[in-house]
Amino acid sequence: MAETMSVVLNVNGAGRSVSVEPRKTLADAIREDLGLTGTHLGCEHGVCGACTVLMDGEVVRSCLMLAVQAGGAEITTIEGIGAGDDLHPMQRAFSEYHGLQCGFCTPGMILAGIDVVSRNPDPSPQEIREEMGGNICRCTGYQKIVESVQAAAAIMSTEGGSA
Amino acid sequence: MKPAVFDYSAPESIAETVDLLAEHGSGAKVLAGGQSLVPMLNFRLARPAHLIDVNGVDELSYISANGALRIGSMTRLTALGESGDVARAHPIIPAAVAQIGHRAIRNRGTIGGSLAHNDPAAELPAVLMALDAEVTARSADGERVVGMQELIEDRLFETTLGDTELLTEIRIPAAAAGSSFGFREFARRHGDFALAGVAAVITTDGSTITQAALAAFGGTHATRLPTAEAALVGAETGDAAFAAAGAGAAADFPSTSDVHGTADYRSHLINVLTVRALQDAAGNSGGGNG
Ligand SMILES: Cc1cc2nc3c(=O)[nH]c(=O)nc-3n(C[C@H](O)[C@H](O)[C@H](O)COP(=O)(O)OP(=O)(O)OC[C@H]3O[C@@H](n4cnc5c(N)ncnc54)[C@H](O)[C@@H]3O)c2cc1C
Ligand code: FES
Ligand code: FES
Repeated sequence: MAETMSVVLNVNGAGRSVSVEPRKTLADAIREDLGLTGTHLGCEHGVCGACTVLMDGEVVRSCLMLAVQAGGAEITTIEGIGAGDDLHPMQRAFSEYHGLQCGFCTPGMILAGIDVVSRNPDPSPQEIREEMGGNICRCTGYQKIVESVQAAAAIMSTEGGSA
Repeated sequence: MKPAVFDYSAPESIAETVDLLAEHGSGAKVLAGGQSLVPMLNFRLARPAHLIDVNGVDELSYISANGALRIGSMTRLTALGESGDVARAHPIIPAAVAQIGHRAIRNRGTIGGSLAHNDPAAELPAVLMALDAEVTARSADGERVVGMQELIEDRLFETTLGDTELLTEIRIPAAAAGSSFGFREFARRHGDFALAGVAAVITTDGSTITQAALAAFGGTHATRLPTAEAALVGAETGDAAFAAAGAGAAADFPSTSDVHGTADYRSHLINVLTVRALQDAAGNSGGGNG
């Protein structure tokens, strides 16, 4: 085992110091060192979007960043978006419109959906398909995901709700 | 999979970076946006002994539009695609950037990383070739300026930059008055690497084409299309000239076969995409996938 470095990860509003090898990805540090297993790993090469998190409000692939690169940034994972009864409109819409089946892609889909609506408050189905093309789902066939994001956009325009 | 062990440095200046490159030579790799390098690390297709992370080198991140456009190599693709200065100077750049990967990829990926990685299916090497861009490369020994064609030659997944050189800046000369562009690529799904694509910039004096710069990607390497350019210069804009340019482009194109398409199919795409890109340029419309 190589030398470790210590880095403070600010995740979902709380700063925690972790000691990691430089080769550890941000995704693995979030899951293994912080125990936040809502961030999923599908492909580990940037293609599937399951590991999507927000860094300073922007979507990034946590499998393509090193944990040691994330010091000083504000990271938001799915756990920071909403949990239990306190769900984000995007999460409620996915639940209501059946935007998920197995749920593996869902954390990435929710974060990508929030990002799309934050930049385009009233996206068309075509725009949602193009913008979310970087997130792969093996279950739903996408139709219900597109409907969920559209429904969430409608709720968010009345209720508000960013990340 | 997970990356193999490496030593890690995070310099904060160009001077520090080039010293580290001089010290570690071919054992070191520069880490820019990581959108190509980290997948290779994760799959252990790359196993550098030393990683030099330049994300903290703030002096590599800028867009300056006084005269020629000058872009720091660490400028993120999202910033490049959203810059008003870039869109005003060379609207073909945001049109091309919109076709690169997905938002999350563009939020991290950089212009310098895209050029240094030189994927033969990448948009920017070809677009910057058509714009006659130059890059500056810094090493501990000094700085040199390299034209895009000299940077790429006929290489793929590498450039003519040396192991100890850092790509620092991209310089793009101002567009000729009256120039217009077309950009067309064909990808199976939005955000995928294209099977083939064409960047075209033409200048007319009303109806006669006075200048033409065309470049293609998706073959064995990014390349200018000299036969297509020769077919256009001096000709009237219109179907006859565009058809001749399409055929010339297909002849110039270094086509290649893989699981996504045969060489014949890609050459056919280049012909069709060239014609469409030129039609877009003549009509001054945008372009895109297809
Ligand atoms: C899912 C996915 C889809 C993608 N789709 C596309 C696409 O459609 N079109 C496209 O063009 N690209 C695509 N990409 C690649 C993306 O654009 C990369 O960001 C880009 O190719 C590399 O830039 P980077 O800043 O991430 O470089 P890195 O990955 O950090 O580095 C890439 C290489 O360049 C070297 N390097 C980087 N910067 C410098 C420098 N300043 N000086 C010297 N060497 C340097 C590194 O050492 C490394 O060898 C995709 C990537 C993914 C993961
Ligand atoms: S696990 Fe990161 S994109 Fe697939
Ligand atoms: S719900 Fe199963 S992968 Fe999307």
